[in-house]
This record gives sequence, C-alpha cells and structure tokens, in this order.
Amino acid sequence: MTAIPSAERALKRGGILMAIGLAAVAVVYVRALVFTPEEATQGLAQKIFYIHVPSAWVALYLAYAIVGIFSVLYLLLKDPRLDLVASSSAEVGTVFATVVLITGPIWGKTVWGTWWTWDARLTSTLFLYFIYLAYLVLRSAVEEPGRRARYCAVLGILGALLVPFIHMTVYLFRTLHPMPVVLQPGRPQLPGSMLITLLSSFVAFTVFYAGLLARRYAWARLRAARAQEEADASR
Amino acid sequence: MGEVLAQAWAIAAKDLLLEFRSRTAFLSALVFTALVLAIFNFARDPTAVSSVDLAPSVLWITFSFAGVLGLNRAFGLEKENRAIDGLLLSPASRTALFLGKTLANLVFVGAVEAIALPLFALFFNVPLLEILGPLVLVIALATVGFVTVGTLMSSMAVNTRFGEMMLLVLVLPFLLTPVSTAAEMTARLFAHRPFAEWAPWLKLLAAYDIAFVVLCTLVFEFTLEE
Amino acid sequence: MASSASGAAAVLEVTGLAKRFGHVRALRGIGFSLGPGESLAVFGPNGAGKTTLLRVLAGLLKPDAGTVRFGGARGDGGVAPASRGPDAAHRRRVGLISHYSLLYDGLTAGENLAFYARLYALAEPRAAARRALEGVGLEARAGDPVSTFSRGMVQRLAIARALLHDPDVLLLDEPFSGLDQRAAATLRALLGRLRSERRTMVLVTHNIDEGLELATHVAIQVAGAFASLGARDGDLAAYRARYAEATARDG
Repeated sequence: MTAIPSAERALKRGGILMAIGLAAVAVVYVRALVFTPEEATQGLAQKIFYIHVPSAWVALYLAYAIVGIFSVLYLLLKDPRLDLVASSSAEVGTVFATVVLITGPIWGKTVWGTWWTWDARLTSTLFLYFIYLAYLVLRSAVEEPGRRARYCAVLGILGALLVPFIHMTVYLFRTLHPMPVVLQPGRPQLPGSMLITLLSSFVAFTVFYAGLLARRYAWARLRAARAQEEADASR
Repeated sequence: MGEVLAQAWAIAAKDLLLEFRSRTAFLSALVFTALVLAIFNFARDPTAVSSVDLAPSVLWITFSFAGVLGLNRAFGLEKENRAIDGLLLSPASRTALFLGKTLANLVFVGAVEAIALPLFALFFNVPLLEILGPLVLVIALATVGFVTVGTLMSSMAVNTRFGEMMLLVLVLPFLLTPVSTAAEMTARLFAHRPFAEWAPWLKLLAAYDIAFVVLCTLVFEFTLEE
Repeated sequence: MASSASGAAAVLEVTGLAKRFGHVRALRGIGFSLGPGESLAVFGPNGAGKTTLLRVLAGLLKPDAGTVRFGGARGDGGVAPASRGPDAAHRRRVGLISHYSLLYDGLTAGENLAFYARLYALAEPRAAARRALEGVGLEARAGDPVSTFSRGMVQRLAIARALLHDPDVLLLDEPFSGLDQRAAATLRALLGRLRSERRTMVLVTHNIDEGLELATHVAIQVAGAFASLGARDGDLAAYRARYAEATARDG
C-alpha cells in the first residue's frame, strides 16, 4: 500500500528535476544564440551544433550505458525496478537519438547542401537508433512482465557490446575510405567562448536527461504499483 | 565439456534431419536467393555501373537476408507440440542447446551460401577461383557472426507476437559489422588487392565473432523460461 | 501435511514451494511427500497453479522458495542433496507427460526416442528406444513418422519418452485431455500397470473423474495452495463433494 504514494512523490521529484534540466537547456541556448560568437564559415546554422552534439552524447553514451548497466543488474538481481530504469532510459535515449537524427540533416542541408552525411557521429547514432527501436518493439511485443524484462535485458546487454563495434566499424570506414572533404562537422577548433557554451550544454543536457529519466521511471513505478494493487484486490 | 558437445551434436543432427525431411525452409531460402540475384542483375544498367563494383553489396544483401529467413526455423521447430519443453526437461545443458541450434543454423545457412555463390559468379560474371580460399574464409567468419546473434534472437522472437518480423528487427543492428566488413573485404578480393590492405577489416570481424559468440552463449539461458 | 509410507525413505519430498509471476502468486507454500509406489492426484480448477506445480517438480521452473528432494530410486534408500534450483541431476529423476506430446512430428517414433536417449546420455540409445517402444506396445510402428499416429498412440509414445531414462517420479499434466474412450481406456490400463510396478506418480487434472482410482493420495489445489491433502479415503462422490466445497470457499 505504500508503493503508490511513494511513486507519486517520486513522480513529483522527477518533474522538478526535469523542469530544472529544461531551464538549464534554455539558459545555455540563450547563451549560445546571443552571447556566443557566430562561427565564421557556417553562420547562424552552426548554432544547431549546441543541440546536436550534446544530444548525441546523451543518446550514444549516457542513456545507452544506463540501459546496459541496468540490464546486467536486472539479470543478476531480478528486481523489476532495475528493468524499469533500463526501459525508461531506452525511451528517453530514443528521444535524444531522434533529436540527433533530425538536427544532423538540418545542419547538413543548411551548411553543406546534403541531407545525409555518413559522418561518424550520425552513422553511429543511426545504428544505435536501430537498437533502441528494437528494444522498444521487443518491449511492446511481449505481454508477460517477467519475460518482457528478461528479453529486454538480454537485448540491452547485447546492444551495449555492439556500441563499441559500431564505433570501430564506422571509424574503420572513415579512415580507410576517402570521404568528401566537405564533411568536417564538429572538428573545427573551438575558441574559448564556444567551448564553454558547448561544455555547459553537455551539463544542461545531462541534467535534462536525468530529469526525464527520473520522471519516466517514477511513472513506470506508479503504473506497476497500481497494477499490483488491482491484482491483489481482485484475488 | 565432451558431454556438452555430444548433446549439442545430437540436437544439431536432429534439427538437420528434420530440415532435410521437410526441405521447405531450405527451398524458400534458395528461391529467395535466386530471385534477388536475378532481379539485381536484370535491374541495373550494365553501361552505368560495373558489375564488379555492385557485386559485393548484392552478394551480402542476399546472404544476410536469406540467412535471416532461415534463422526462424531453429526455434520455430520446437513450438510444435511444445517440443522445447522436452529439450528443457532433459539434463542437456542450456549451452549445449544453444550450440546445437547455432550449429544447425550454420550448416543451413552455409548450404544456402554454397549454392548461391556459384549462381552469383554466373550472374555477375565474376571469376572466383583465384580468390576462393580467402573468400570462403570471409564468408565463414561473417556467417558465424550473424548466425550466432540471430540464433539467440530467434529464441526470443519465436515467443513474441510478431514472429519473423521481430527477428529481423532484433537482428538488424547486429548485421552492420559482419555484413559491411565482409562486403568491403569481398570488394577488395574481387579487385585482387593485397592482404595487408584488407587485414584491418578481418581483425575487426574476427574480434566481433569472438565477442559475440562468447556473450550469446553466456546470455542464452536467460531467454528460456525459468 | 506430509504423507509417507511408513519406514521407507520418501521418493519425493516437497516443502514450502512458492512461485509468483509478476502480480500473480501461482504457488503458496505447497508441501507433501511420497514414498515408493505412492501416487498423488492433484485436483483443482483452472488457474489453481497445478501446471506451475508440475513444472517446478519437473525442473522446468525455478521456485522462488522451497525445496524439491528426491530419495533413492524405487525406495532403495539414500536422499539426494536438496536442490533449490533445478539442475541436470534433478531432471534425470523425473519424467513428464503433458497434454502436449513434446515429440517431433517429422521424425519416426524410433528417431524421437533415440534422440531423447542421446540427450539423457543413455548407454545404447537405439536399444533403449526399442525397449521403451515395446513397453507401450508400439514397437511395430517404430519406423513410422509421428505425424501418422492417432492421438492415443501419440500419448503412448509420450509415455515411452517419459519413461526412457527410468525416472524416479512420473509427472502427468492432464494426460487424458483430448483422448477418446478407447484411448483413455488404454492409457488407464498403462498407468495402472505402472502403478503396479510401484512407480511414484504425481497427476494433476481439473477433471476429478480421471485419475482418482490411480491415486493413493489426493490433494485439492485452489488458488496456489493445497486446500486438502491426505491418503485417499473416499469414493468419487465423496471427493466431488469435497472439491465443490473447496472451490466454493475460495471462489
């Protein structure tokens, strides 16, 4: 009986963290737009960089690492809450990956005239996106909660091992394949002010991710607690 | 250890015997392969793209999709009459079950590839004999890579609502490394490039195989009811 | 709650089994013990957890709590080490007959049994398969694919498979379901013979008419627990009444 109120409190806390994160993102973006100098060759479009890169960091590394770690923990400890954390992170990670895959082409089209560039970050995110999608589809395809958690944990772990291989494969192709010289996203030296903005945006996005994760996880716990109460009552 | 291999072998032999009797999956995979090869060959403009440039990609699309088609049979076989329970009831270890299933799948996919390769050489007019040794090595390594992961995934996919589609969705991200590195190496082999040039890809593929064979074997038991 | 033949060591001893699936508690504190030659019939409505109980006994499911212990074969003495989680040794001691045949329709009867004999690491798989087929009267059909068998013959072959490795305990999950009169009679005769061979058996069913005569002990399972458990001491009518009472109480 204590599960529901505690989950509701967690939901509120998650909401607060999320709001803080969102505010942080907004503040950093104001700084990016107004107080950071414009980049010489790319102009205003380069401001997308401050969304694109930190989103990739969250999606590729932070969110998926959480999925991987909590998948392993779930298989070892069998606590359903661990599974809820992993799946919440997968959902939130998918959102950030979507942002990467949208901002990337927009940036590419505006600055270099091509929608898609097979650059390392975009390609890696694309394949990671396939893993995220597979995770979400798998989750929706299994009804029994215990089996669903187990299957997703297995996929989560396999995906976690795949991430370094995605990077290595992409790297191998980039270094051993001549690529059009035009593509140098994110490689220009960053003068101090831009670097600070970029690093702040990493922090802001991380906080935002944490808020989204906390809220999503709390919501999942609440749903589970309500279902448990219903099941207990009907027995 | 010996017992595990003996059990795995018994399971693989049983799977292959069943497949040999019914032949449906094998024939479907072959038909699919022939179809893809014919369509690709027919659809391209011979003056625009040299076949040697296109050939490796076509070969690997064919191999990987025909392979995934065949993967569903592994655990699909056990759904009938809940035969999987019979396997789980026995003292056979879960590792033996996974190895046996993977082995049967490897033989299955390997057989499809063995027939598809000469067909491919025919349609695309690519001389294979000089590079056959290294080519077979590349094909073998890539096949081990995607069949191992695919066998693990099919153990889960077979219990979900979407069945075959689910398997494809699950396996797709894991095809990147085996298929792209194999296609790249195949292209270099067709161009008779020296080994040193494509050795880095071979190392990556071998590392992938080792990493995933180990992980899949370890994790397999979690895909079974407990 | 325990019921055991006096003096002889228990062949099967179960204590405090519990298992939950998500929010559903399928087993709540199940315990009993059986001596050699004793058979337990478990009656209960659908959803009582009977199949879950059997799957735990068969080593297919790991219980959340409780133990399943096996004694010496056919009462020869000796108690196997307590195993909370099922392992290969546990699975060697049991044979399961379910309403699914667990057989491969594409293989012949002989091939099916030889395959299982190999999995159980029996010394001479083909010979063991032949003996098992003779035991259920199917040796003439050894070379025929299972797809050509009638339901009754499939059930007999399934019994042969379950007995292949000479298990200590035979588990039966709704074995009579889907059988016509004749096949059911054949099955009953077969089970009667096994009982006279002092096989220890656990049979679960929702149909109290089947299996009562085979049992030395009867349990009524409702909502994951035994509402009653004891030696068989009444006739069909008496048990029907008890069953109705037990299910009404909970439902």
